[in-house]
Amino acid sequence: MSDQIKINQKILDFNTQLQEQDSFFPVLSVLDNQGKIIDKEALKRAELSDEDLVNIIKRMLLSRQLDIRSIKLAKQGRFGFFAPTAGQEASQMASSYAFNDDDWLMPGYRDIPEIIVKGWPIWKAILWSRGHVLGNEFVTEDGKEINAWMPQIIIGAQYVEAAGIALGLKKRGKNAVAYAYTGDGGTSQGDFYEGINFAGAYKANAVFFIQNNGYAISTPRSLQTAAVHLAAKGWAAGIPSVVVDGNDPIAMYLVSKEARAWAVSGNGPVLIETLTNRLEPHSTAGDDPLRYRKQDDIDSWWQKEPLIRMRNFMTEKGIWSLELENAYIDEVNTLIDEQIKIADNVEKQKVSNFIKNTLEIPGQAMNEQIAKFESEGK
Amino acid sequence: MAVKSYIDAIREAMDLALEKDENVLIFGEDVGENGGVFRATDGLQAKYGEERVFNTPLAESGIGGLAIGLTTQNYRPIMEIQFFGFVFEVMDSIAGQMARNRFRFNATRQMPIVVRSPYGGGTKTPEMHADNLEGMVAQIPGIRVVMPANPADAKGLLLSSIASNDPVIFLENLHLYRSLKGEVPDGFYTTPLDTAAIARAGSDVSIISYGGGVPVALKAAEELEKNNVSAEVLDLRTVSPLDIEAIGKTVEKTGRVVIVQEAQRMAGIGANVMSEISERFVLNLKAPIGRVAAPDSVYPFAQAENDWMIKADDVVNKVMEIVEYD
Ligand SMILES: Cc1ncc(C[n+]2csc(CCOP(=O)(O)OP(=O)(O)O)c2C)c(N)n1
Ligand SMILES: [Mg+2]
Repeated sequence: MSDQIKINQKILDFNTQLQEQDSFFPVLSVLDNQGKIIDKEALKRAELSDEDLVNIIKRMLLSRQLDIRSIKLAKQGRFGFFAPTAGQEASQMASSYAFNDDDWLMPGYRDIPEIIVKGWPIWKAILWSRGHVLGNEFVTEDGKEINAWMPQIIIGAQYVEAAGIALGLKKRGKNAVAYAYTGDGGTSQGDFYEGINFAGAYKANAVFFIQNNGYAISTPRSLQTAAVHLAAKGWAAGIPSVVVDGNDPIAMYLVSKEARAWAVSGNGPVLIETLTNRLEPHSTAGDDPLRYRKQDDIDSWWQKEPLIRMRNFMTEKGIWSLELENAYIDEVNTLIDEQIKIADNVEKQKVSNFIKNTLEIPGQAMNEQIAKFESEGK
Repeated sequence: MAVKSYIDAIREAMDLALEKDENVLIFGEDVGENGGVFRATDGLQAKYGEERVFNTPLAESGIGGLAIGLTTQNYRPIMEIQFFGFVFEVMDSIAGQMARNRFRFNATRQMPIVVRSPYGGGTKTPEMHADNLEGMVAQIPGIRVVMPANPADAKGLLLSSIASNDPVIFLENLHLYRSLKGEVPDGFYTTPLDTAAIARAGSDVSIISYGGGVPVALKAAEELEKNNVSAEVLDLRTVSPLDIEAIGKTVEKTGRVVIVQEAQRMAGIGANVMSEISERFVLNLKAPIGRVAAPDSVYPFAQAENDWMIKADDVVNKVMEIVEYD
């Protein structure tokens, strides 16, 4: 058989092609479910100091406490919309640890903790959740601009915008990247494809995360696409695309760090699919997971959640203990209590300000409306 | 007849349509097993199977394209857009494609599609979940825009929309889903599209409204009764095309008009009704036309919703101004 005959036969063998797709995406993992090291080389390559490890577990614990407190407050009607994060601490906090202040974060509504560790005061996050305009000012407590936009509600929109930021950073010669997060459901949106494609076409400085947490509200990952791996979508954009154990903090950090280094050097974007799971309801707005998934399934993912393995790994290493953890949790809860008080005491927002904020130069009807609301003190 | 909630009436209409016509399909994000995020399709997948009631991947543009394509195989799709604020993602399917197809094909093809979607404020949702965007879609030729204001109409108008060979945007008021209950006739019936209804008869002034504005107008009318003002409330029910005849009748009857809409003032339906009245019935007017609408800002952050949204008091005040004008 001539080579071309073989090639043609292979091309026309759709069955084999489908089977092969699966093997293109092995899963990057460094720690097992219990925190045992399964790849020493990779651990070394991550170059994480003891201090870094402590920082990462603290960020993960901060996120978990915020999650617990937010859900509680929401039940009491003292919080607004919140999208739970439990189970995604490695995917969110170990990944974002690989970026710095100059990098631009484009978050989704579930990515509140990533913005907080960039300096967004917790009281502002609470106001965002409750629906108060002050929550949407992205400045640190001491007035420094934070390179992040508000949690995007429109699924996928942050991806195309991240491509624009990334191109801008590249044009300006900045030593920084844009990094964006979406979910498994988000990969079905046109904006998702357009975002990775544009960033790829311009070889722009971007790192794209897909947090594959198994569900888009009630819709299982399997219904989103026939693709075996969501990361496969990156291939069509011609960019490096990887699957990582999203509950493995070390693997998450390692892949994020290397993706950032790749993107910031002008090689173009990287797409990272993190395999994780949403352990709680979709949001605090009345979702009941048991309508569409089994308790057993949820329980099995609690066994694989990222805090267990990070805690075990660091305790084994002699740099973490339950005492340290409890002390830190107390510290975090005191901070959250203080921040809630600040949020409770902000001034009521005014409709007249909303109208003023809508256009730089309002029209006549708008000016009349501003005057009317102002006269009512609203 | 039984008292039902607005959302139960909507679900019942879909149930009856699925039962009556095997070409009817329901799809959208989370409409299957979960029954939609508001449970509007609760139990329908269990009853009619995944072949007829199914989840889609998360992409509104895909949902719209799917609906258009399915019509070629004689299906009658009911597609759900989870919140109408996400209509922007499917705007080409709606405005660029389905609304133009009958016209493009010289009326040789039909687009029997219903786009169901919740809209409207008052439930403290995150951004993009509460916007009143009917003014924007009512400007698209080739599509009907239906906005029921009570459970009985919701059921009858939805059944008519499903039977319609024209594409229909069927907007469901989020706030009314569970808060509004009313008598709903049993079984299958249709309520004609493009006809307004007198929600309350009166003789001094006409309050013209639609969708979520109607309960506000009715509440105001009750208040006005105490002031000895007899207000008629006209519920447009369909905002595109408008029932101009019904508008004319009430204007001729009272000579005084206040238009009430939940949407921002700049966002169209009220302005359109005012133009029709000015063009056709201006000589029947005894006073300028009044308008109650939300201010021209982006839909507000949840905590300020109550200050921003129109209230019955706003309607009462405006009506008194118009009634006292001479
Ligand atoms: C354009 C758009 N369509 C629909 C929604 C409603 N919605 C909010 S979250 C969600 C599911 C998202 O799933 P996924 O992308 O997997 O992210 P996750 O919530 O699991 O983090 C949907 C459909 C939305 N916010 N935006
Ligand atoms: Mg998801």
